Amino acid sequence: MIFLNYFISGISLGSIYAIIALGYTMVYGIAKMLNFAHGDVIMVGAYVCFYAVARYNFNPFLGVLLAMIVCTFLGIIVERLAYKPLRQAPSLAVLITAIGVSYFLQNSALLLWSSNPKVFPSIIGRGAFKLFDGELSVSHITALTIIACLVIMVVLTLFISKTRLGKAMRACSEDKGAAQLMGINVNATISLTFAIGSGLAAIAGALLCSAYPTLMPTTGALPGIKAFTAAVFGGIGSIPGAFLGGLMLGVIEIFAKAYISSQLSDAVVFAVLIIVLLVKPAGLLGRLTQEKV
Amino acid sequence: MKPKTKYVQVPSRSILPDRDIAREPVLECINLGITLGGIKAVDNFNLTIGRTEIAGLIGPNGAGKTTVFNLLTKVYQPTTGTILLNGKDTHGMNTMQVNKAGIARTFQNIRLFKNLSVVDNVKAAMNNEMHYNMLSAILRLPNYRREEVAAHRRALKLLSIFDMQDMADVRAGSLPYGAQRRLEIVRALATNPSLLLLDEPAAGMNPSETADLMDNIRKVHEMFQIAIVLIEHDMSLVMNICEGICVLNFGQVIAKGTPEEIQSNPAVIEAYLGRQSSHKEKEA
Amino acid sequence: MTMRRLINLKRVEARRIYLTYFIVIIAYVICQTMSSTRILSSTMRGMLVPICAYMVMSISLNLVVGISGELSLGHAGFMSVGAFSGVAAAILMQSVIPFAPVRLALAMIIAAIFAAIAGFLIGIPVLRLKGDYLAIVTLAFGEIIKSILNNFYMGMDSGGIQFSMLSDTTRLLPGGKLIIRGPMGISGIQKIATFPAGFILVMISLMIVFNLVNSRSGRAFMAIRDDRIAAESIGLDITKYKMMAFVLSAAMAGAAGALFAMNYSTIVANKFDFNTSILILVFVVLGGQGNMLGGIIAAAALTILPEKLRQFSDYRMLLYAVILIVTMLGTNNQDIRNFFAKLNPFRHKEPEEEEAA
Repeated sequence: MIFLNYFISGISLGSIYAIIALGYTMVYGIAKMLNFAHGDVIMVGAYVCFYAVARYNFNPFLGVLLAMIVCTFLGIIVERLAYKPLRQAPSLAVLITAIGVSYFLQNSALLLWSSNPKVFPSIIGRGAFKLFDGELSVSHITALTIIACLVIMVVLTLFISKTRLGKAMRACSEDKGAAQLMGINVNATISLTFAIGSGLAAIAGALLCSAYPTLMPTTGALPGIKAFTAAVFGGIGSIPGAFLGGLMLGVIEIFAKAYISSQLSDAVVFAVLIIVLLVKPAGLLGRLTQEKV
Repeated sequence: MKPKTKYVQVPSRSILPDRDIAREPVLECINLGITLGGIKAVDNFNLTIGRTEIAGLIGPNGAGKTTVFNLLTKVYQPTTGTILLNGKDTHGMNTMQVNKAGIARTFQNIRLFKNLSVVDNVKAAMNNEMHYNMLSAILRLPNYRREEVAAHRRALKLLSIFDMQDMADVRAGSLPYGAQRRLEIVRALATNPSLLLLDEPAAGMNPSETADLMDNIRKVHEMFQIAIVLIEHDMSLVMNICEGICVLNFGQVIAKGTPEEIQSNPAVIEAYLGRQSSHKEKEA
Repeated sequence: MTMRRLINLKRVEARRIYLTYFIVIIAYVICQTMSSTRILSSTMRGMLVPICAYMVMSISLNLVVGISGELSLGHAGFMSVGAFSGVAAAILMQSVIPFAPVRLALAMIIAAIFAAIAGFLIGIPVLRLKGDYLAIVTLAFGEIIKSILNNFYMGMDSGGIQFSMLSDTTRLLPGGKLIIRGPMGISGIQKIATFPAGFILVMISLMIVFNLVNSRSGRAFMAIRDDRIAAESIGLDITKYKMMAFVLSAAMAGAAGALFAMNYSTIVANKFDFNTSILILVFVVLGGQGNMLGGIIAAAALTILPEKLRQFSDYRMLLYAVILIVTMLGTNNQDIRNFFAKLNPFRHKEPEEEEAA
């Protein structure tokens, strides 16, 4: 039963990673860039949500919605100002710019909201479902996180495969030039991708801080890196891969904390990533492209 | 002028220039094949190349010519068949080992080391004949100087075959197109190959450049006495320079023989020149 | 005619190499004079050794990123391996070798060896991967090294050197001394790192990289960077040369780590985290990949900059971020003029607003 408890919290943490990893993987798929500022968008989302709910007594769900709107715009603005001018630039320059944006967001948050940790109120209280005579306890936030992740997965998969915009996104990730020739607005599609990724990051921020209620300007950094790892784990660029990678990473992390050592859990997570990449060099569900000679 | 060659049938039903008959062929492909993405890109490919032969590999676009080069140099591992290089099976070797065993090549899309100078492109290819270690290099020990000077001399000498010695210190990526193609050949030669594979060496060249290239290929052939196989769409070049020609279509050999035989082979005309002849008929 | 317009690489390269040595020597002489005549403030004087260490890190990473063309996001990991092994070695040698400069030199050599071993072990799996996957795995290894060092305990007593992981179970005999104390790192370090030592290390690193670039190994690194398939086709052993560059780079980073650590009385593993790896990468990218001089100037400038921005107190890191973004946009955008023309009102307003606030 303890095992099941760990497993459920692993799935819950993994759900958060999966939602964040989606942002990484979609942006990588379409813009071929590692957006290291993504983790900090989570933090901004969490702060917006925090202020809306804790200070201005918004309904929690309205707070999350507000955070999503703010982050969506933030994502679009960052893309327009910092990444779009570098579309033709070497990938390393884009990477460094993304890191610059990450510093910018962290330090803006530091100035706006100070470095004092805020205690984040859970968006749906701290209650728990008791199952099997109380032996298995699943907190509401855990349940909500898992449900949110499932809903997002279904909606996003449908969006990508069925809608016109989704098809445009897939086309752009295959070949931007050809997509443009087919009449797809590539810039708008890239903006849309950033918008969706950032909006999801806001949800992840609210869920993350409901489960682990300390909110600081650096809150997004480590989950950001972990989610990035999850995206690579599942095969970066692949949306099902991001879900799979996120969930597995969450479970591995919780199990490593429980059964190996809490201090070394991060090392275990990264070691598993390395082993996976050695066996499958493009991640679990990624495609390996061969260079044409 | 093209050397006078009499072609002789050898036991493996392949043809060789008579001067190479008594010697072991440099290359023998037996039933070579590869399946790429479920399609047999090359199938049942047999070819024997004499020690000093100049051979052509022709065929319509997508026939699998470059794939054959990629198989020979192990950029792709063959799914079936055997490649004997100087009588030795290359099974299990990778690109680097095949080069050390004697195959050098150029590429259809030029692949130079763009940010290196011209002479460094050539010297990079001489890596395996230099023996000084990292420490000698860092401390500039005498053996470093000796080997570097020797390599530099040889590189300049090779470049001078193609009249490129004056461009030695120029960045390779900034060379004009024709010079880049020639540099690729020099770089391949620098590895001391016994078989040189040229993938469309005349692509993008004007007629006078092509004529110069033809002379240079002959010069290389004479100087080094090596075998050369070239893929080319320029028929005048192929017919002029090659002693034997192998025609590929849809991954299979449809004809082999001397230029004269190929020109009059009905299967070739149908597959390769077919469109052109029907065109002419229409015009007529 | 065209020949004259084509760049003569050899001359340009030779000039750049001599210029680099010259500038480093001049800068050293000036700083040393200013330091001994006390013109330099004490904060600046305290930064001389870290600047040298960062310069070596920049050269080291440039060997991997600029010369070999592989992205490494975990270079701080090698620095920390060097820092911990070097400092531990210095402490162990304290009674045997009383003369500090020799002890420092030996510590740096030991640090380089340990970091090289780490580089080799990490290189085996890492170098089989390509591009972004290689980058993420180096990141992962950087984090793993940090985690391990954060939980590593080492002490010495009359029975020899004792290790333990996770918690201090070294059970040292009376009179023994715990040197590495997990998350507490190493404290009570003798600050034997000096500016001249740093200068020598920078010069040695430059010499290694410059001399190597003009040798068969250096040509092989760059050939593989420019075109892997062509490099294979001329018989270059890709794995061997990638490994060579990676291990050498790790060794230099290790020596730099030891130098860096022995400038402080305490070091902890968390100092060498992902952000430090990124900082070093920023040196390399800002200085221009493969450009050693650019890299070391960027290292010096970006180490001093936060200090100089101190007058803006809370805004300094924000300014730092803005400078980073604007530089990247400015140096990499092709129609930069159009872009800045459009952004102009923004660009001038932003710093002003921050200063006013």
